[in-house]
This record gives sequence, C-alpha cells and structure tokens, in this order.
Amino acid sequence: MLTFTIRRLVLAVPTLLFISLVIFALLEFAPGDPMAQVPLTVPPEVKEKMRLALGLGEPAYVRFWKWIVQFFWIEPQVMIDGIFGTALAEGEQRIISWQTRSPVMDIVAQRLPQTLWVVGVAYIVGILIAIPVGIYSAYRQYSIFDQAGTFVTMVGFSVPPFFTGPLVIMVFAVWLGWFPSIYDTTLEVNDWASLKKQFFQMFLPVMVLALQITAQISRFMRSSMLDNLNQDYVRTARAKGLGERAVVLIHVLRNSMIPVVTVIALGIPSIFGGAIITEQVFKVNGIGSLLIGSIQANDLPMVQTLTFIFAVLIVVFNLIADVLYGVLDPRIRYD
Amino acid sequence: MIELSDPVPTHPPRSQWWDVWVQFKSHKGALIGAFVFLFIVLAVFIGPMIWWVDAQHLPSGRDFIKLRDTRPIYTVLWESDAKTNWWHPLGTDNLGRDILARLLSGGRVSIAVGLTAMVLSILIGTLVGVLAGYVKRLDGPLMRLTDLFLALPLLPLILVASLLFREALSATFGVEGGVFVLVVALIGVTSWMQTARIVRGDVLALKEREFILAARSIGTTPRKLVARHLLPNVLSPIMVSATLGIAIAIITESALSFLGFGFPPDFPTWGRLLNDSVDRMDLYPERVVWPGLMISLTVLSVNYMGDGLRDALDPRIRGR
Repeated sequence: MLTFTIRRLVLAVPTLLFISLVIFALLEFAPGDPMAQVPLTVPPEVKEKMRLALGLGEPAYVRFWKWIVQFFWIEPQVMIDGIFGTALAEGEQRIISWQTRSPVMDIVAQRLPQTLWVVGVAYIVGILIAIPVGIYSAYRQYSIFDQAGTFVTMVGFSVPPFFTGPLVIMVFAVWLGWFPSIYDTTLEVNDWASLKKQFFQMFLPVMVLALQITAQISRFMRSSMLDNLNQDYVRTARAKGLGERAVVLIHVLRNSMIPVVTVIALGIPSIFGGAIITEQVFKVNGIGSLLIGSIQANDLPMVQTLTFIFAVLIVVFNLIADVLYGVLDPRIRYD
Repeated sequence: MIELSDPVPTHPPRSQWWDVWVQFKSHKGALIGAFVFLFIVLAVFIGPMIWWVDAQHLPSGRDFIKLRDTRPIYTVLWESDAKTNWWHPLGTDNLGRDILARLLSGGRVSIAVGLTAMVLSILIGTLVGVLAGYVKRLDGPLMRLTDLFLALPLLPLILVASLLFREALSATFGVEGGVFVLVVALIGVTSWMQTARIVRGDVLALKEREFILAARSIGTTPRKLVARHLLPNVLSPIMVSATLGIAIAIITESALSFLGFGFPPDFPTWGRLLNDSVDRMDLYPERVVWPGLMISLTVLSVNYMGDGLRDALDPRIRGR
C-alpha cells in the first residue's frame, strides 16, 4: 500500500508538470495584450519598458521555468514564513498579478475562505442529506419514497445552478424576503447576531450547491446499497438472527460506503468548478469569481495560477480517492 | 405415409431492437422523456416556421413604446391591468422583441450545439477507445492521455480557451459561426474521456471472445474486424453515453453563455437569454423562468431517456 501511494505520488509530479505546460501553452496563444489598457499617448519605447517590467521580455521557456520555480519553490516558502514568522523567501520574486500588481497568492488567500465556507458547508450538508436518503431508497426500492427520491435527484442533476440560483433568489430573497441575495464578504462573525447573519447569507448558495451534491451522492449511495443488499452475507446476517437495523446500518452500510467515500473524495474538485457559477450568481467573493474577473481582465499570471490550483486539487483528490479505496477495501491491494 | 414437415420460420420471431423497444417502453420516465425531448426538438426546429415572428425584429417609433416590456398573457389572471398583447403570448423583452420567437431560436442553437458537440465527443471517444483497446501499442499512451484530460480543470480551461480563440475563429467562420464552432469544439474536446474508457474496456473484453478469433481465422482484415464485429457490440454503451452527452453539452453551453463567454447577445441561446434577464428578474420573472425551464426540461428528459436506454440495452435486465 505504501509503495503504491509513493508510486502514485511520484506519478503525480509529471502529470502536474504536463498540466502546467498545457495551461501555459494555452495562455501563450492569448491574443490579449496586457498593454491594451495603457493610453495611446504613452510612447512605444515606454510601453516596451512596461512590458519588460511585467517580465514579458524573456522567451517563453524562461518564463515557464520562472513560473514553475515561483509556484513550487518560492510560494511554499512564503507560506512557511507566514505561519512561523521566518524569513526564507525574503526578497524573492513572487508571482505578481498584472491587475493589482500584488502577489497572486495573497489575493487567493484573501478569497479562499469565502469559497471554502460556502462550498465546504454545502458539501457537508449535501452528504448529510444524501446518505440517509440513499440508504432508505435502496432499502425500500420502488417505494413512493424511492420514486420521489429518484425524481428529486434527477431534477438535481438536470436543473443547472444558474437557473436554481436566480429562482431561489426570486422566491426567498425577493418575494419572501427571508434571506439576502448577495453574500456580504465584509461581515465579521464575532457575536451571535453576526453569526445569524452569516448563516442567513450562506443559506441560499449552500442550498443551490447542496441540491446538486445531494443528487449525485444519494444516487450513488442507493445503487451501492442495492448491490450489497442482495449479497449472501446479508442473508447470513439475517439468518443468524441479527436485527434489521444492525444488518442494514452496520453490515450493509459499511460495505456500501467504500465506493461512496471515494466518490465523495473525487467530487470535491469538481465542486470547486461548479461553485464558479454559484459564486457568480450570489456574488460570493471567492476564487471562482476571482477567476472570471481575471479572465475578463486578461490577467494571465492570475488565470494561470488559479487554473493550476484547480488542477492540483483534482490530482490530489484523485490520489486520495485511490488510496482511500485501497485502505477501506482489503480486496483491493494495488501491489 | 405422411411426412412431417417442420414449419419453416419466415422471419426471426423477435429482433434485438424490438426487444430493446419493448424494454424501453416499460420505463415510464424514459418514454415520457423521449416524447418531451422529441417535442422540444421538433418545436425549436419546426416551430419558427409556424410562429414566424422574427426573433430579431425591433419595433420602431411609437410601436417601440407600445410593444416593449409586455407581459405574458397569463399574467392577466392575477394582475388584471398588466400590459399584455395577444400577438406576443409570452410577452416581449425591453427592446420589444418577441420572447416566444427568441426562445425558439435560442433553443435551436442550444440543441444544435448539444447534438453536434455530442457527436464530436462520441467520435473522439470511440476512436480513442477502440484504438486503445484494439492496438496494444497505443493502449498505454492513449489511456495516459485520457487520465491527463480527466485531471484538467475543464470549466476554467473552457472559459479561458473560449476567450482566446474567439477572434481567430470569428474571422474564419463569421461571428456566429465562429462561436458555434468554438463552443462545439471546446465541449467535444473536453467530454470524450468517459466514452473512451467505457469503449476501451468493452473492446478489451470482446477481443478475447471466440467470434473475434473465428473472424480473424477466416482472414478478416483488422479494419473490417473493427467495423463489422467490434463496433456493433459496443454500440449500446456508446448510445447511452451519447444521450447523457447531449445533456452535458447543453448544460455546459448554457453555463458558458450564462457567464458571458458564449454566444453574442444578439444571437441568443437559452443560457444567454437567462443571463440577460437576471438583472430585471423581480419585475419580469417570466424572462428567467422560461429559458431556465426549457434548459431544465430538455436536460431532464434527456437524462431520463438515457436512464431507460441503459436498462433497455442491457441484455441482463431486458426481459426480466
């Protein structure tokens, strides 16, 4: 198992390098000129100097290498500095955003908590709803509850967040006025009143995201339970006189959770992708809206770094899912 | 002596596709889904011939004031003084364009994008899958490529690429055609991986079967072997992923348009119509609800159809 994990970790490095190369190459073809916003009165030689100041003078491979070094070597040092108060990366050149002329990672660090709050809470809520729903609809297959559950999950699959988002805003924020439609990032949670406010403003985006997550996971939970409910060991457990509750909730559930856990791990990065739209609808000031904003502003270092962060998330959670599968299911050993 | 004559069957009692249809029919959701999808497709492709109001027509002068911002006729039920017009059953937008006509033409683009992108993604997926499963030398590299594509953050990359290549393609194919090619290509290129994996797995399993050995022993060329013996046998998983592919393509296209990275505003798709109306949602909720409902209904019906098709094409479930 350990060798498998190490092998996968080693394999992840070329994958990530290749992905970073793909992203870099894609952006290299970008027709957008970062100097396009500069007034025409600025003479060309000054423009050329500004271009050099952005680091655009060097050939592509030099810039790619610099970016790799900055991302993998300097930025982690900055992070360590931030945590332990050391000065490892003092005076090093960091990845600079063209939009704000400040380090990209600082902006990402400012934006990340909002995304993590909304997406994380939505994910947990989604899982907490999905698992019981999945268990019960598998246990009572083709019952009214199962039929209704199937329909709701189908709707959750099919109705895109850019429709459910405006819809819940219309119903709950405009007509009923229960929840605010916009996520207020400046809100500081320091007492009960602000916590309540935070809860209220998170409610709608979490609801929209959780509907999708519930749909996927409960569907999976159901089919995984169905696979296990007809197994011989279930009959054995019943035959030896175990109560129905023990059979379903201990024997079957534990075995059915194996694939579900990996699906939950695999779904985390895609949820970040889906959150781009939800963040846009509810004006959550997270990394999704940061990405959209920087694409529109032609801020290439920011786009490159953010896209790569998404890629890292996917690769890391794929790895976690694979390893988890091996840990949870002793029948699967990769060695 | 009377000779016993066996009745010679003149035709096969049941064909495979008849069985599939019988099974498919028994899945109520799938049947309804298929009819709804067919209805939507017919409506958006034939509808503009019946509802021949021009989606781009802008009324001018006094008509502009009179015709803009009319509400759907059913609004009268609860708001008797609402501004409605029988010639515009779903109302008009803030420039006086007929919403029903815009919905129909938008749906035409959305569904065309969905179908074309699905065809592209199935073609790439099947090609990669068959090559990887059939040619041993290519299996490793092609599957690594598939894994790499699965590890790419697709939505961000689609967003970036749709901005980068817009100009170049618009120059070659015209504004609308360029965006169409761009969106279809982007969705197709980023959604073939599941198909490729499924097809590869099936081809690998089929390759070891006796009928392939028999076919090879009578001298069938590899090309014929794939076309005559392998492809028909992997048709059912391909069909299922094709149906689900339509749903994914329509959602992705609408998401792109919603984020403002898709079709231009004067060339509306359902996602674009939705996006444009969100700002005045509290006054004119119908302009958000109708496009959203159309997207959801299409995708829902396609998903149900795929669900039923999966059951119908699986011989282990069929006939039970």
